[in-house]
Amino acid sequence: MKWSVIFEPQNLALYGNGILTTLGLLFSSLGIGAVLALIFALALTGPWAPLRWIVGAYTYVVRGTPLLIQVYLIYYGLGQLEWIQARWDDVWPWTHFKEPFFCALLAFGLNTAGYTAEMLAGAIRETNAGEIEAAQAFGMSRIQVMWRVVLPSAMRRTLPAYSNEVVMMLQSTSLASAVPSMLDVTAAASRVYSDYYLPFEAYIAAAVIYLITTFALIGVFRVAEKHFLAYLAPRRH
Amino acid sequence: MNAYYVAILQGSVLTVGVSLAALLVSIVLGLLGAAAKLSGNRMLVAIATVYTTVIRGIPDLVVMLLVFYGGTIGLNHLLELMGSKASVDINPFAAGVLTIGFIYGAYMTESFRGAILSIPKGQMEAAWAFGMGRVQTFIRITAPQMVRYALPSFTNNWLVLIKATALVSLIGLKEMTYLAKQASAATRSPFAFFMFTGALFLIYTSVSLYALRKVNERYSMGVKRGAL
Repeated sequence: MKWSVIFEPQNLALYGNGILTTLGLLFSSLGIGAVLALIFALALTGPWAPLRWIVGAYTYVVRGTPLLIQVYLIYYGLGQLEWIQARWDDVWPWTHFKEPFFCALLAFGLNTAGYTAEMLAGAIRETNAGEIEAAQAFGMSRIQVMWRVVLPSAMRRTLPAYSNEVVMMLQSTSLASAVPSMLDVTAAASRVYSDYYLPFEAYIAAAVIYLITTFALIGVFRVAEKHFLAYLAPRRH
Repeated sequence: MNAYYVAILQGSVLTVGVSLAALLVSIVLGLLGAAAKLSGNRMLVAIATVYTTVIRGIPDLVVMLLVFYGGTIGLNHLLELMGSKASVDINPFAAGVLTIGFIYGAYMTESFRGAILSIPKGQMEAAWAFGMGRVQTFIRITAPQMVRYALPSFTNNWLVLIKATALVSLIGLKEMTYLAKQASAATRSPFAFFMFTGALFLIYTSVSLYALRKVNERYSMGVKRGAL
C-alpha cells in the first residue's frame, strides 16, 4: 500500500476537481429534477387523463431502465440524429449537446425527476382528506388548495424518501465517469489507478470521499426533517 | 445491421444470468446480515452495521472497480506470497456477480430485518413452547411470513439490482449494454441500439414486477385489509 501517492499535490488536485464536478453534477441535476418533478407530480395527480398517462409512461420508462443506458442514449444516441446534427453547431440550446457535462446533467436530471415525481405524487394523493375539505370549506379554489395546503404538506412528507433519492443520486453521478472527458471523483480515481497501477488506494480514496459526502447529506436532511416535520413527530412528554 | 440486434438479444441471457446469480448471493448475505443484526451479539451487530452503512454510502461502480482491479492485484500478490508463479485474472462475470451480490446483500439485510421484526413475537414464542428449535422455527414460522413483509422492499431491491447489472459492462462483461455500445461504435448509429437495449431492460423489469405482484397476492391470501 502506497497511500502517499494519493496525497501528492497533483493527485490531491485531481480528487479536488473530481469533488467539484461530482457536487456540481449532483446539485444541478437535483435542481433540474426538482423543478420537473413538481410539474410532473402535478400532472400525475391532475384532472387531465391523457397528461396523467403520458407522464406516467415517462416515469415508468425512466424507472424501469438503467441510468447508464439513459446516459449513453443522450450522449451518444442524440448526437446521431440528423435533426440535432443540423443544429448543434450554431443554434442554441442544441449547441450544448456537444458538451459531456451537459449531456450527463440532462440524463441525471431527467432520471431523478422521474423518481421524485412519483414520490411527490404519492404524498399528494395521501394528503388527509379533512385538510382538503377544510380548505374547500373556506372557499379556496383548486389551485389555492393545491398551493396553500396540499403542496406544503406533501413536500414535507416527501422529505424522508427524498433524502434517499439524493443519496442515490450522489452515487449515480459516478456514472459520469462512463462519459469520456468527464472528471468526477470516480474518474479521478480511475486516472490515479491507471497512472500508478494502485487500484486499492485510488478507489478506496474515492469511496471515502463518497462516504463522507453521503453522511454530510444525511446529516443535513436529518436537521431539515427535524425542522419541517416537527409537527408530525410523536408527542414527547 | 440485424446481426447486432441478435447479438444484443443473446447478451440479454447474460444479463439475466448475472442478475439471478447476484440475487442469490444477495439473499444469502441478506439473511446472514439480518440474523447478525438481530442476534444481540455485540460483535455481530457491529460488523453487520458497518457492512450495511458503508456499502450503502459508496457508489456501486466504485465497489465494482475496487473488486475487479484491486481483487486481481490482491490475488496475484497472495499467489506470489505463497510462492506460486501462476497469475490469475478475475473474470468479469464472477466480479460482477460477487460485487452486485455483496452490495445488494446490504439492502436485503435491511428489508429482511424489517420483515422479521414485523412478525409478532408471540408466534415465535409459541413455536419454542412447542419444542421447535431455532432452525425449525425459522423454516416453519418465520420464513413463510417474512416473504409477505419483505416482498415490497425486496421487489424494489430486485429492480434496482437488475438495472445495476448494466454497470458490469464497464468492467468488460459482454452483456447487453456492452454489446450495444460495441454495435454503436461499429455502425455509428447508437440511438437505435440503446433504445433496443433499454426496451429489453424495460421488458425484464416489467415481467419481474408482474411476477412479484402475483407472488405477493399469493402470500397475502389470508390477510384481511381494512376498507377505507
